Amino acid sequence: MAKIVAEHLKYKYPLSEKLALYDISFTIEPGEFIGIIGENNAGKSTLCQAMVGIVPNFYKGAYGGKVLIGDMEIAKSNISDICKKVGIVFQNPFNQVTGCKLTVYEEVAFGLENMGLPRSEMIDRIDYSLKLLDIYKYKDRNPFDLSGGQMQRMAIASIIAMRPEVIILDEPTSQLDPQGSEEVFRAVQNLSREGITIIMVEHKMEKIAEYSDRVMLLHEGKLIAFETPEKIFSRDDLDCYGVTAPAYTRICKSLGIKNKKTGFYPVTLEETKSLIGFSEKERCPYDQN
Amino acid sequence: MTRIEVQEMHFSYTEQEPILKGINITLDERSTAIIGQNGAGKTTFVKLLKGLLRPMQGKILFDGKDIACMTVAQIAKHIGLVFQNPNDQIFKNNILDEVMFGPINIGMDEQEAKRHSQNALAMVGLSDCEDKNPYDMGLSERKLIAIASVLAMDTDVVIFDEPTIAQDYRGIEKIKKIIRTLKAEGKMVLTITHDMDFVADCFERTIVFAKGKILLDGQTDKVFSKKEELSQAYLEPPHVTQLCNSLGYDKVFLRVEDFVSYVKSKGIENK
Repeated sequence: MAKIVAEHLKYKYPLSEKLALYDISFTIEPGEFIGIIGENNAGKSTLCQAMVGIVPNFYKGAYGGKVLIGDMEIAKSNISDICKKVGIVFQNPFNQVTGCKLTVYEEVAFGLENMGLPRSEMIDRIDYSLKLLDIYKYKDRNPFDLSGGQMQRMAIASIIAMRPEVIILDEPTSQLDPQGSEEVFRAVQNLSREGITIIMVEHKMEKIAEYSDRVMLLHEGKLIAFETPEKIFSRDDLDCYGVTAPAYTRICKSLGIKNKKTGFYPVTLEETKSLIGFSEKERCPYDQN
Repeated sequence: MTRIEVQEMHFSYTEQEPILKGINITLDERSTAIIGQNGAGKTTFVKLLKGLLRPMQGKILFDGKDIACMTVAQIAKHIGLVFQNPNDQIFKNNILDEVMFGPINIGMDEQEAKRHSQNALAMVGLSDCEDKNPYDMGLSERKLIAIASVLAMDTDVVIFDEPTIAQDYRGIEKIKKIIRTLKAEGKMVLTITHDMDFVADCFERTIVFAKGKILLDGQTDKVFSKKEELSQAYLEPPHVTQLCNSLGYDKVFLRVEDFVSYVKSKGIENK
């Protein structure tokens, strides 16, 4: 399983005068679940694309520094080699549909066909990922007849079926219903426990806080911080970066409730519940109704 | 006041699979959120309201008039729909032209269309980008362009299909402000969304779709108090409500501020 290293990564889109990514360096260990947050145009999607080589090989533009996945230098590698190691789920699932397949089943098979897998292996993997994303019942449907949320599920299934070592997801649950979105987070967490590295851009801060091992905060193409969710969301300058903390953290900040053990504000429902629940019992023993 | 009445409406794309199974509802001046599982029929429902699809059975009355007698072009003057995928909507290579297309096609003259379009672009915060190509912009901005294009048409009804996709915190605040402004102007606002905190903050009424039917319909806080039905519809309450539920509070809050002031009033602090 591969480590991801970025060294002084810089990138500028063609015709643009500003750097989209400005001197970004980090190391991600295999099997980590990394959340990427930041306001629009902070460089989140560009960074994702730089980890699969779409930046700079597809968009061109000016590029400096490097991204390594294992010993593979992304900008200098062939796309067919890269996609065996790294998969990306696009922000807009409509852009990911090949347009050359007539059913959902075949659409998910597309990547596997290109990898040259044996038929029986393909069937196993497709069935597994369609069921994981709860769209097996739509397997014979035309991809373009799916609803937005169903198409987003198909886009995720297509990448999971390829079983890359690193999966990058750019707002993968933006069109999913709340339970569907929770299921995707759990499924992806299971993959990370199996050793697959997960990198996810997401505006749902409650989910990022609950599932990420570490969070990258980007702003204007710069990496502001790369820390645990507790540390990131306890910052008092989040507003300057156009980011808001999870609802639970905002509650605890307003009430001045910190987790004594960590010294940070709580970021999840469970943590908040244990701290508020405890204090209520302590302070208001006869005001339980 | 604008009213849309939907009576015993059925719809399906293919014979085998009914999508909407007998919808009865009256939409009024209350700002309304439409929520529900993927594939529940939410987008289909709003396309029917706008006449892009036509019911198999039942009817839709717009201010008492059956829209079956109106062309899509006639309906467009009254009902605006912002598509879920902005790429289905955008086709010009200049943002101002894109936004002016709608108003001109419903009969505004060039000057009036321009004025409305510039106002709409100001509302979404893209005034500086009039001459840019929409395809050079990111998804979040393309969503805002799609919103501006419909706002510029100044319709009585504005429907948003998942407006918060790809929006950051400030983008969502911007959309909340737009919805409140439309409401204050007396327009009917309907929004499909999966963001429950957004629903809690912004909408008076919430309608829950499940498997082609309306499962719940009512004042937003009432709807969010129905834990079981929500779960049945693959939904969950807003985060603050989840916290109240798990703390076993009898009183349920939808918004962070309300919860905080309640807890402060009870004098609960971290010790």
